[in-house]
Amino acid sequence: MFDSVMTMSAEVAEETTKAASDISIADAAVTAVFGYTVVFVGILILMIVIYIVGAYFKSKDAKAKQNAVDTAKTAAPAAAPEAAKPVAPGSAGHIKLFDVPDKEAAMIMAIVADKMQKPLNELHFISIKEVK
Amino acid sequence: MDILETLKTLWNDSGFHSFFVDGGWKNLIMIVISCVLLYLGIKKQFEPLLLVGIAFGCLLVNLSYFTPASADALYHLDLWDNFLDHDHPDYHSYGAILRNGGLLDILYIGVKAGVYPSLIFMGIGAMTDFGPLISNPKSLLLGAAAQMGVFLAFFGAVCLGFDGNAAASIGIIGGADGPTAIFLTSKLKPELLGPIAIAAYSYMALIPMIQPPIMRLLTTEKERKVKMEQTRVVSKTEKIIFPIIVALFVILLLPSTAPLIGCLMLGNLWRECGVTERLSDTVQNGLMNIVTVFLGISVGATTVASRFLSLETIKIILLGLTAFCFSTIGGLLVGKLMYKLTGGKINPLIGSAGVSAVPMAARVAQTEGQKANPSNFLLMHAMGPNVAGVIGSAIAAGFLLAVFK
Repeated sequence: MFDSVMTMSAEVAEETTKAASDISIADAAVTAVFGYTVVFVGILILMIVIYIVGAYFKSKDAKAKQNAVDTAKTAAPAAAPEAAKPVAPGSAGHIKLFDVPDKEAAMIMAIVADKMQKPLNELHFISIKEVK
Repeated sequence: MDILETLKTLWNDSGFHSFFVDGGWKNLIMIVISCVLLYLGIKKQFEPLLLVGIAFGCLLVNLSYFTPASADALYHLDLWDNFLDHDHPDYHSYGAILRNGGLLDILYIGVKAGVYPSLIFMGIGAMTDFGPLISNPKSLLLGAAAQMGVFLAFFGAVCLGFDGNAAASIGIIGGADGPTAIFLTSKLKPELLGPIAIAAYSYMALIPMIQPPIMRLLTTEKERKVKMEQTRVVSKTEKIIFPIIVALFVILLLPSTAPLIGCLMLGNLWRECGVTERLSDTVQNGLMNIVTVFLGISVGATTVASRFLSLETIKIILLGLTAFCFSTIGGLLVGKLMYKLTGGKINPLIGSAGVSAVPMAARVAQTEGQKANPSNFLLMHAMGPNVAGVIGSAIAAGFLLAVFK
């Protein structure tokens, strides 16, 4: 009994393989559309999961920042707010540097200005971040 | 000793003699083709790390393999035909290959068993920063959209008379991912491995020429000028969790992707976890280089003249080009859709980077974006769809493998 079931399933598998190999144009069209859909569905599921994980970490970060601010407020309630740094003459404002030393930032700004063929004082750099 | 007879035997045994009998002239053509490929790899620097190896493998096999194959041949097509023949005693017998094969037969076992492409994926994983993708998960959709060429070329191949397995192997060229193309073809239609690998790597190298005209045709000047906002900074923990999540979801969804996605994500985990720098370094450099050596030369070995020089090869080359173009179109169209839906916040050019050729496709998006607006920096934004394309093409390959294996 078991052997005959195995033989039958082997035959079915062989037929299926044969059918899959000798595919008709209509079947190919269906397979192509279905395959493209499967790729989208797989990627969509992955995207949702990444969004959920991202949202969790963003809220965690926000909480950590809020806690840090609260702690700072409690620790030094009387501390005066830091005065804004004066802007250098002719400057378009301050630049935020993330893990980038001043020298490298200056070099990057010079390269960008050179590539764009514009004077440095006509460009406004908002931030420079090291991509790891 | 009969000197004349000895000279005659030497002449009959030589490859020079073989050029004049039993279609040996085809080998001569393949030798010329291998020299052209060597020129493209060395002088034009078309994917030189692989193309030089493939071209030299092609040269070696066509210098040593004539019909019928001699015992001295480096690669034996007949052995591999027996390996795939259900009715032959050597069906799926690696022992027979090891006993009777030449050097390239033995190296080719790594391709046939799917070892080299998976190890290459491990190296790619260790070299890839998925940060841009994690910070902007929408870009995953562009990676999926850019698989359009895979399925259109598959359909086109069936219309041109290829069987399902061959069509699937040809279609995957559109994924613009060499290791995935080699992996799928070695499983479904190993006879076509040579032309498919050469087409895949050649087109990957030609991306800076193939994509820009399509990008300019399908996007307006206004769309190309769009400057995208800076994405958020991704934490280390997220980067560590990412490969585990991808492996979990994708392998559970399509188990046939396990070798590729598993290795890709393991390599990435070694890179990101921060406690396995030595392994990450080895996979990125030493292992990657070793596997590239074996992969290139053994794929080149499959370009035996008697099989390579056929109408099928020309069809494969043309279908591969179609696949590449439509993959670019698919990515761009979804990019344009995202541009509309987000009110012009997404530059549709990054859609073209959804074909997985990393990082070449992202660089092309950056170059085109900067041509439209010199202050445009799309590289990091394009890296998201670019690495998503690697995952997308692995899923597409997994689907085709599940259907046709």
